[in-house]
Amino acid sequence: MTTVLNPTRRSFVLGGALGGGGLALGLQLPFGPTAADAAEGPAQVIRDANGFPEVTAWVVIRPDDTVVIRIARSEMGQGTLTGLAQLVAEELECDWGKVTTEYPTPGQNVKRARIWRDFATGGSRGIRASHEYVREGGAAARTMLVQAAANRWNVAASECVAAASVITHTPSGRSVTYGQVAEDAARLEIPKGVKLKDPKDWKIAGKPLARLDTLGKLTGAQVYGTDLKLPGMLNAAIRDCPVQRGSLRSFDATKVSRMKGVRHVLQVGTSAVAVVADTWWQAKTALDALPIEWDEGAGAKASSASIAFRLKEGLTASQAFTGNSNGDARGALATATKTVEAVYDYPFQNHAPMEPMNATARYTPERLEVWVPTQNGEASFAAATEAAGLPADKVEVYKINLGGGFGRRGFQDFVTQAVLIAKQIPGTPVKLLWSREEDMTHGRYHPIMQSRLVGGFDAQNRLVALHMRLSGQSIIADVAPANLVNGMDPLTFQGLYQPGEHGFGYTVPNLLIDHAMRNTHLKPGFWRGVNANQNAIFLECFVDELADAAGADPLEFRRQLTVNHPRNRGVLDAVAERIGWSKPAAPGVYRGLAQMKAFGSFVAAAAEISVTGGNRIKIHRIVAATDPGYAVNPAQIERQVAGSFVYGLSALFFGECTVKDGRVEQQNFDTYESMRIRHMPKVEAIVMPTGGSEPWGGIGEPTICVAAPAVLNAFYRATGKRIRSIPLKKHGITFA
Amino acid sequence: MIAFSVNGKAQSIDADPTTPLLWILREQVGLTGTKYGCGIAQCGACTVHLEGAPVRSCSIPVAAVAGRSITTIEGLAKDNKLHKVQQAWLDHQVPQCGYCQSGMIMAAAALLNQIPKPTDAQIDDNITNICRCGTFQQVRQAIHAAAAA
Ligand code: FES
Ligand code: FES
Repeated sequence: MTTVLNPTRRSFVLGGALGGGGLALGLQLPFGPTAADAAEGPAQVIRDANGFPEVTAWVVIRPDDTVVIRIARSEMGQGTLTGLAQLVAEELECDWGKVTTEYPTPGQNVKRARIWRDFATGGSRGIRASHEYVREGGAAARTMLVQAAANRWNVAASECVAAASVITHTPSGRSVTYGQVAEDAARLEIPKGVKLKDPKDWKIAGKPLARLDTLGKLTGAQVYGTDLKLPGMLNAAIRDCPVQRGSLRSFDATKVSRMKGVRHVLQVGTSAVAVVADTWWQAKTALDALPIEWDEGAGAKASSASIAFRLKEGLTASQAFTGNSNGDARGALATATKTVEAVYDYPFQNHAPMEPMNATARYTPERLEVWVPTQNGEASFAAATEAAGLPADKVEVYKINLGGGFGRRGFQDFVTQAVLIAKQIPGTPVKLLWSREEDMTHGRYHPIMQSRLVGGFDAQNRLVALHMRLSGQSIIADVAPANLVNGMDPLTFQGLYQPGEHGFGYTVPNLLIDHAMRNTHLKPGFWRGVNANQNAIFLECFVDELADAAGADPLEFRRQLTVNHPRNRGVLDAVAERIGWSKPAAPGVYRGLAQMKAFGSFVAAAAEISVTGGNRIKIHRIVAATDPGYAVNPAQIERQVAGSFVYGLSALFFGECTVKDGRVEQQNFDTYESMRIRHMPKVEAIVMPTGGSEPWGGIGEPTICVAAPAVLNAFYRATGKRIRSIPLKKHGITFA
Repeated sequence: MIAFSVNGKAQSIDADPTTPLLWILREQVGLTGTKYGCGIAQCGACTVHLEGAPVRSCSIPVAAVAGRSITTIEGLAKDNKLHKVQQAWLDHQVPQCGYCQSGMIMAAAALLNQIPKPTDAQIDDNITNICRCGTFQQVRQAIHAAAAA
């Protein structure tokens, strides 16, 4: 390793583009030059921890032909690790059977001028925002390996071909494996401007290959953050002020310090207290017995009713940020022959990944090490560095397997806590694990939102105007206020925005979509699917209402509005055809539709349901289409789509965090329910990449947003009742 | 000291008898394949077999298993061969994040012991684990495949 931490101080905003709808975190870190400024020279071979040579930063090749592909993004179940490896392997022309992967550490990325670029894993960006440079890494490595072989044989590289980790000199038939030339290749200069394959020639990418990371998940061998064991490690349980943004007043450690296994009772920051014990169960038991006084702060006055009241006021407030508009919606509505109006609302929801938040830290004044399941290794690094008060070159963060993330693990509050605890016990590694109750109380909740929609028709029953007013939280205002655009949060308008990855998918002659920002003491976060979730319910259910008002078929009505949006129409037509829209459904079975563009992908869903007793829903069938432009692993996409219905329908049927005295009332899965296998409908995924030159779309999140409106629209057809307030459980509606 | 067996191996544990079996397994026996998800018998991530029957180890005090035998996910594969449920899980590519899958697999293995060829309705009644990633469609396929194996 020849590179050192460059003294040039430069600030990076971690997390990438704001419009990406992901984990744009306002953390700033001093970094060296960017990868572009300081491409590493060829002079010296860089080796991995085992001494094997790098052939570009993306690939390590061992003498036995094992190919280690470096993955910068986090794998949390979504399959990104396998997909990224497929893209590198495709260009590398290596033997897929000999591929393994590893995470470079955030500290190495900092030292090496961010050579692996962005670690942030959110906004469904894992593949779509890195496919180009990881493929280039694979192609550059292949070029170097071929050149090394050509040099060895003293022939032109153009006479050599690479396939399945073997380079063959075509005229002579000589061949050599990657492992045999890797040392030589590693000494060559990294070529620039390598040409990438046409996706139609892909052999590894684009194929439904098995994941690389399954086996350990079947035997208990895979180590998640919660499972980490270090010599001499202690375990911590924590309680933060149950009213968010409140603080800790006092606690009486003497009441628990003699309990079995208890080693320390510590204040953590200004608002939390932790018990550190030999085992976590001992720590948790003592924490439950610990007398704690809180200064709950202003948030303690808030309730679900008071928050709803504020949001309702925003529905007709004069000040609002315009996210998308054309024509003169207000004028056209004033002169419309007929108007239709509806008010919808969407609640706070918690991510509740199966693995509760955790992080392990070992601190000395000379070195801080942190092990953490994180969606953003660099943000963890930034949080750890700041909490420790150490210079960046004394800190290292090791990413460890995530038991789900869904956006929650892009936040770093638990990393900060773990470091603040470890700092008080220098030299002793401490694993901090939240209880499920702590996770429910300290969520970064799905933003709460209301919407008032007004549509106007002319005398010919044509839709001439639409005003959609959103009123509720802004994630960006809370987590990265510097990224607001003249006060506006563009992320609020996912699926409703101006053309782009979240572009509005209909043409309406007079359109106004605006947002009255109403923030709360409860902290909002990027919750898988983010703002597309509520926006799709508001818009797609209201479009159904408009179709009804126009006396039009919901599919035909949408087809008219998507004349200028062929890819929106493409996915809509695909689900309509597969569900058999043109023919009547079976007796007692009703259908609903929804479509949206989110995270760069076009998605649509059609649902077939029946309803008994007016309140028990049986979902017979879901058809879901996704056009991401390019599909890297269709089998994994199908699984993400099926899983998206579990996340989206759990949210529709059960998902609600209510607030009383400033606290979230739901404390565990008994009151914050989640779907079980008996609720699972049959999901048929249509993966229909249409190629083209537009930026690739994401997979992990987009489909969630169409799950709920497709079912709600079918529910209306079945019962004549419009449900405009989520979740269904508060209307006494549940699964049959 | 509380004595019981885990995966065929005798254990003698010094612990508060009210400590949930889950935490004994994870923190004292050292087998971390069994997961904590809720602690209140809701999610099933902590499912192990107690004398062959599926139980939620987060809600059983260790004192209750004295003298009894427990199988955890680590003990399911025998003689270096995956259990048929694990094999079906591999073939059907069930796991996403995988965190719930130890419990899901233990619940499925117990179901097949009891009902070798379960119907969909029997699967619905017996598999009540939570999976936030949403692997249920693959879980169902894999249970049927394991039943047919
Ligand atoms: S941890 Fe035992 S059922 Fe959830
Ligand atoms: S696979 Fe992630 S919770 Fe089930």
